[in-house]
Amino acid sequence: MRAFLLLFALVPPLGGAHAGELGGAPVSRNMETLLVESMLSVSSSKLDTAMTEVDSLLKINPKFKLAQLIRGDLLLARARPLNNLGNAPEAEARMEDFRDEARVRLQRFNEQPPTALAPKFLWQLDERQRHVIVVDTSKSTLYLYENDNGQPRYVADYYISTGKKGIEKVAEGDQKTPLGVYFVNANLPKNKLTDFYGSGAYPLSYPNEWDRRQGRNGHGIWLHGTPSDTYSRPPRASNGCVVLSNEDLENIGKVLQVGVTPVIIAGQMDWSGEQDQADRAALLKEIEQWRANWASLDTDRYLEHYAQNFSTGGMDFSAWARQKKQVNAGKSWIKVSISNISAFAYPTQPGLVVVSFEQDYASSNLSNRMKKRQYWMKQNDRWQIVYEGAA
Amino acid sequence: MLALGFCFPAAADDIQDINKLFRQGQHEQAMGRVNTYLAGKPKDAQARFLKGLIFTEQGKTGEAIRVFSELTEDYPELPEPYNNLAVLYAGQGQYDKARIALEMAIRTHPSYSTAHENLGDIYAKMASQAYDRALQLDRNNAATQTKLSLIKDLFSGTAKSGKHGAAVQPEPATVAAPQPAAEPVAAVVAPAPAPVAPEKVAVATPEPPVPPVQAAAKKSSANSGNEVLKAVRDWAAAWSSKDVNRYLAFYAADFKTPGGEKRSDWEGQRRERIGAPKSISVNIRDARVKLVDDSHASVAFKQVYRASHLRNISGKTLVMVKSGGSWLIQEERSGK
Repeated sequence: MRAFLLLFALVPPLGGAHAGELGGAPVSRNMETLLVESMLSVSSSKLDTAMTEVDSLLKINPKFKLAQLIRGDLLLARARPLNNLGNAPEAEARMEDFRDEARVRLQRFNEQPPTALAPKFLWQLDERQRHVIVVDTSKSTLYLYENDNGQPRYVADYYISTGKKGIEKVAEGDQKTPLGVYFVNANLPKNKLTDFYGSGAYPLSYPNEWDRRQGRNGHGIWLHGTPSDTYSRPPRASNGCVVLSNEDLENIGKVLQVGVTPVIIAGQMDWSGEQDQADRAALLKEIEQWRANWASLDTDRYLEHYAQNFSTGGMDFSAWARQKKQVNAGKSWIKVSISNISAFAYPTQPGLVVVSFEQDYASSNLSNRMKKRQYWMKQNDRWQIVYEGAA
Repeated sequence: MLALGFCFPAAADDIQDINKLFRQGQHEQAMGRVNTYLAGKPKDAQARFLKGLIFTEQGKTGEAIRVFSELTEDYPELPEPYNNLAVLYAGQGQYDKARIALEMAIRTHPSYSTAHENLGDIYAKMASQAYDRALQLDRNNAATQTKLSLIKDLFSGTAKSGKHGAAVQPEPATVAAPQPAAEPVAAVVAPAPAPVAPEKVAVATPEPPVPPVQAAAKKSSANSGNEVLKAVRDWAAAWSSKDVNRYLAFYAADFKTPGGEKRSDWEGQRRERIGAPKSISVNIRDARVKLVDDSHASVAFKQVYRASHLRNISGKTLVMVKSGGSWLIQEERSGK
């Protein structure tokens, strides 16, 4: 067993052969396994075994600070009893961080993800979205899924660090990680960043339309790597960003698509069930109904798809209704087709779904093509639009 | 051996008999005999030790703890009761108490390997508990079997010479009467070290303790022997406190320097060596005094030297001469 794991861990970080597609457990998982096994050896009072395990891990990965700390503990345990994990009295303030990481690593080791299940949040993938990311902040884990003909297929998961003050970011500087449905907005290469961000950074679309509507602000929520002397940071360490090890970031970087890849950040992962399927079907039907009512210039029925609490760009429902009636009155015909629909259930708000699509609009006096985003909400057992705008 | 000098042959036989009964598993009879024996000699260390073992075998842990505990109070120099106390505490999952007991055993006998091994196991156990707490692992640690070794023989695990006798009696040295000429027979009977089962508390190999037989030394010799020993202890104390002048004062005017160097050169070296470390501790173990006549003696002992990070145990012999009422060092030889 030991030898087997070691062999795995010795496999060099994924190279060009895997470009574009990731296969097998990431190297980071094997490092984590070695680390956890050494901790479990301590837990079974097998200090010599633990030392062998942690030594072999450090040989591969000397920047793994938690492993270094455990090694220090093991040396110390030869001379006097240990009172805790992490015995560095001069740095006791930082020890709780390491203990958190140890607990998270152990939890990840004990609860491998159910790879056959799909996350509850992934209702509909657009075919251009080759991959999708779901973050579970409670487990300090980032899951990568591949779009397999519209079905999310588990690829890998990674240990991450998130905001040192927790989750549900509200304001600039609150050092929390936002929860919501976001997209990768940009790719900042390593050479444009300081060492702090490691192998690269991918800014996310926080604050999104829903965040703004809720009055949340702040900016600069990125996926990024770790400083060159650090393999991993504690589970709660960032100013709100989602931080991966450099190797892991490089791996997912190969499949991230700027402006396309969704990143859903949840406080807790949940898995898709029958009710989700039924809700999804009902929503897609409602979206088609909305398109059909609009295309037939049936303005009253079209407006019934908008909720009383609808708002967009300073317009509330009545302003929106007035404007739509006015515009539609000037048309003799319109054609609306939509394609590339994606739909993601909002992790913090039951019954809220972020829908994005390409809209092809043609009319007697105007035609355009645009990317549109709508937030649909199930209220009083009816799906209605609460926000609409260009994506 | 002075220590058990008060064990008359009959008494020694008694102890041996009880031991035999105990090892044959006849705990009831052994307990009856040991209680009878203790009625006459309530302080007897060996009998009380046996009683603790019998309680242990009978699963009467609380009673056994009490017996060994009292033994450590009455005979704090004996490492075995501490060790067994630790084994019992560890069996109850009271690792901190076990640790303290073992550390006491080691303090009295730094080279006591069973206690070192047991302490290593306790540290591993405590590391395990610490990690379980840190990782919020829920396991029943107390249920896991510890593999500490119970000592079945008082004066066996560490015995090489008379030091255990020394431990039982307040006066810690064995003194041989001056032996005219020829082979000086060591007055100490060293019992063969009983093999200590490294695994578990399983019954150790039955090996009856060898009752140290000792002819009491003549009183005057004993007194001289004690004086010599006191001088050696004071010498070690002066060295330990880094009081170089006091240390050098223990060397006779005709002291034979180890390399034949000039006395002043040797003193200079000593000042330097003793001044350098932050702290020094010199302990004398297993001292055996051989009186040649009223004013000449030699003392062989194990010297446990610790200075900052260095730890060294070596055999040493001091050739002593009584001069002006004080015993002084004439020659200092390292090695056995």
